[in-house]
This record gives sequence, structure tokens and C-alpha cells, in this order.
Amino acid sequence: MSTTATAAGSIEGIRSAIAKGETTAKAVTEIYQARIAGEDPKIHAFLSVDREYALAQAVRIDDLAAKGDSLPKLAGVPFGIKDVLTLEGFAATAGSKILEGYRPPYTATAVKKLADAGAIFLGKLNCDEFAMGSSNENSAYGPVHNPHALDRVPGGSSGGSAAAVAAGMAVATLGTDTGGSIRQPASFCGVVGVLPTYGRVSRYGLIAFASSLDRIGPFGATVRDAATVLGVIAGHDVMDATSSTLPVPDYTESLDRGVKGMKLGVPREYFAEGLDAEVRTAIEAGIEKLRAAGAEIRPISLPHTRYAIPTYYVIATAEASANLARFDGVRYGLRAPQSDTLAAMYRRTRDLGFGAEVKRRILLGTYVLSHGYYDAYYKKAQQVRRLLAEDFLAAFREVDAILTPTAPTPAFKIGEKSDDPVAMYLADIYTVTASLAGICGVSVPCGKSREGLPIGMQILGRHFDEATIFRVGQALESA
Amino acid sequence: MPETERVSPADVRRVAELANLDLTADEEGRMRRDLNAILDYVAQLGELDTAQVEPMAQVSEVLAVSGEPVSEKQSVLREDEVRPCLDRAQVMASAPETDGVFFKVPKVIER
Repeated sequence: MSTTATAAGSIEGIRSAIAKGETTAKAVTEIYQARIAGEDPKIHAFLSVDREYALAQAVRIDDLAAKGDSLPKLAGVPFGIKDVLTLEGFAATAGSKILEGYRPPYTATAVKKLADAGAIFLGKLNCDEFAMGSSNENSAYGPVHNPHALDRVPGGSSGGSAAAVAAGMAVATLGTDTGGSIRQPASFCGVVGVLPTYGRVSRYGLIAFASSLDRIGPFGATVRDAATVLGVIAGHDVMDATSSTLPVPDYTESLDRGVKGMKLGVPREYFAEGLDAEVRTAIEAGIEKLRAAGAEIRPISLPHTRYAIPTYYVIATAEASANLARFDGVRYGLRAPQSDTLAAMYRRTRDLGFGAEVKRRILLGTYVLSHGYYDAYYKKAQQVRRLLAEDFLAAFREVDAILTPTAPTPAFKIGEKSDDPVAMYLADIYTVTASLAGICGVSVPCGKSREGLPIGMQILGRHFDEATIFRVGQALESA
Repeated sequence: MPETERVSPADVRRVAELANLDLTADEEGRMRRDLNAILDYVAQLGELDTAQVEPMAQVSEVLAVSGEPVSEKQSVLREDEVRPCLDRAQVMASAPETDGVFFKVPKVIER
């Protein structure tokens, strides 16, 4: 493989190097497998790897290239897949003991679309159990370490997906985002992470956490790579009743059009108390770059922002308590041995199989849905969810996209917040709003702290207007 | 009632039973502490008057394409027709205990 293609490691770089015969998919795959062997013992991004499967995929691409056939969009590009997404016959633990040993009999639509586009699957990626967490410390298989500082968290819940790209162990990865689980780890690890509009990517084959919030999206080293992957995985799917029939544009085509004349909103609520001074400085510098590139920067207000975290934790846990009822030891996964009755088997299986954060959220969700509390908590949260969504609809009548910090701080230390759930939940304070409203967003690297920790800017856009946030992200990246 | 007593030990046991979770005495205390801390935080939603606000259950209710809110629910029903599904043998292969046709479980009713 030519050194330029290795160094670039971009999707188009790899695809065209294979097409031109400068390298082979097999050689590219082996380079990434060697990196995993070298780096991952320190980082622990992968929960499972299958060398032979990846090499067999690579050989099929090399056969196409040898015949001179045109190569699909992701030909020979090494990917990792978050372990909450299914690939037929491969472990899918969701970071939980309750699914240890489970081999799903079907493949997630987004994963199948990657495979059809020629992607190579290196393995499945570590995450917080059932995608519940902001630090990856809730994985039943041990935490992921941030490649930029091994004593720090990579963010969560898609910590393995972000760390794998940051450490050069995959060119791109899939993650999932329910309250910030793609954007926040992208920010902590210095990579690009995309929250597509709700309905843009089919959720079929995603092990559900909170169905009205869950989304699948890509990580990449650059905005262009992330946009390319979204273009492949987006689109309607009969297997997900909430997936949209709107056509999928070519996101890469409009990428370089710049931000001249674009109106970009800066919501004051995202720069209030609790924002780390270094993060503020970095984001303000990023905003100035976009202004210099020709964007019109407008101060805006999203007045209900401070209610987003409590709203999110009521709605997400309520939905989780229902979704996780299916893990009962009957159809798949763990079953506690030697139970005398069905009821005892359910309880013992769930006690053995679920970790503390998952139990906490199931209990909270069950509580807020229970008789006497439904109106006070669940219905109230659904009402505030509409107010939060309307804040964005009003703002998007004035501006084309919104700029905020992705997270209030750079990556924190492993263990720093693990004993205080509310402090941990506040790591998602800038990301849960877009989750509740269903709009799209992307986190793009925007400088570093004095200690060298990455800082991400979050760019939020209208429903189904990913093209605009990618343009802004590209302008920031190349500024 | 003091703020820290929103959730009593009896509440935790009742909710755990509803959720089919077994909690040790240790876990019960810890969960009560955490649930109270979270619900104290959630209580600030009470500051908002939402009497006139419709609950929002799905993103499709507020879809804004090109900045214009779509007023009606974009609800499209699919045809009610039989479609292929997973093969029984493949599904049963994942089950902890099966006779090949049904899932087997411990006895449901105590005699």
C-alpha cells in the first residue's frame, strides 16, 4: 500500500487507491487489524474482532477490482460497528451481560447498507450497557480509554466507536445517539460524529433503548467521510415504521459551497454557567472563523434549554423500562439457572444480567409511568418536550444552523463522576435538546485544551437538513 | 414531606416488583438515594405552566422541513399484508431452552 493512502486513510483515498491497483482491500484490512492488535489492548474499543470475516470481505472487493469493475462507495474501507447493532451470526452484547453469547439471526439495515457498499467489518465496538451512559464506564466488559489521554473517558455511550476512529483503528464507525451518545464522544475524542434527523436512518436491528429518541449515525475523521457514510446508510426502510420516505441528497456534493451569507445562530443558554472556560474560548474562536468565512452570526435564545435534562431523563427512562422488559431469559441471552417458577426466573435473570445504571433507569422509568405519577412526570415531560422542539422551530425561522459547544467540558477522568448520576447526566446538557426535538446535528473538532484534550463544536440543523450542517462543519474544519 | 423522601423504601420495592427486578438490601438503599436525587432534579419541570401544551410523543408531530412546521401528523399506514419473517429454527437457536417449536420456561403457577 502506498504511504500516501495509508496516511490519508480517507474513504475516497482508500477506495481510489484500490481501484487504481495501488493497494488491495486485503492489504488495507491487514494494516487496520495490525493497528487494533497494537493499540487496542490500551484502549479497549473493540469487544469482538473477526479477522477471517474481514479478510473474506476484502478478497471480494479485490476480485471486483481485479476484474476492472467499478467499486462501490465504501469499497475496502475498514469499519467498526457499535455492539448495539446486529450483524447476523456475530455477537451483539449491547455492552450487557444479559446478551452475552447471543448471536442475532438478522442484520441491521444500516449495517447491511454498509456491507452492500463494500465496507469491511473489523469488529464490534464497546459501549455503555444498552447505550446508557456518558462515559463508557457502564460497559459490563470494562471501560474504553480515551486515545488522547488514557486515564480519561472517551465519552459515551458510543465510546468505542469514537475511540476506534481517533486511534486510527477504523476509518469510520457506526454509533447510536439517544441523548448525545454520538456527539459527546466525538467531542471528547476529537473526531466527527453525526446525529442524523430522526427518521433519516432505519433503526431496524438497533437494540432499542428509547425508541422515540434512538438514532444511528456515523463517526469519521473528517466531515467528508462522515457525510459519505450517512449518504450510504440513510433512506426509507419498510422495517422501521418511523423511517422517512424523503429522498437522500448527495451530502458530499454541496460540502464545499462554504458559509458565505449563511445565518448561524448562537444560543446564549449554551454559554451560561457550567461551561468550562477553555471550551468557551475554543468555541468562540471557531465561531469567529465561521464569521470570517462569510457567515452572519446571530445571537438567539432557546428559552427552555434548562429543562432539557430532566425532560430527557423522564422520557428516555420511561421508554427504556418498556423496551428492556423483553430481556427476561425466555427467548435469547442469559437465563438464571435453577429457578423454581417463571416469576423467579425473570427476576433472577434480570438481577444477574443488568448492571447498576440499567437497573436505575428501569426503576426510574417504571416509577414515572406508574399509577399516580404518570401525569406529574411522564405527561409533564412530554409537554415540555414540545416546548423544547418549538424553541428550535422558532429559531430555524431566523437562522440556517445553530452553533454550540458539544459538551460543557473536555473528557473527564475515569471514575470522576461514576458515583453521582445527576453530575454524569449533566455531561449531556447541550446534546439532549436536539435529541428531544428530532433535529440533526454534528460534532466537529474545534481546538484543544491546554492539556491537549479535544473540544468539539456542535452544529444543529433543521429536520432533514444535514446538507447544511455538513457545509458548516466543512467550513470550520478547513478554516 | 422533605425533598429527600420523595421515594420511600416501600416505593423502591414496589417499583422493583413491577419491573421484575430483584434488589439486595444494599442496592435498595443506593437506588432510593439515586432516585430521590434524580427526581429532585426533575421537580424543576413543575416551574413551567403546561396546561395548554399538547404532549409530544413522536418527532413526526413537529417535523419542520425547510423551516416550515408541518401542521398535521405525517402518518402513513402501510398495507396490512403478510411479509416474510425470520425462520423459526434460526430464532429458536438463540433460546436458552426450547423443544424446537416452543420456548420452554419454569412452571408458571405454583401448586
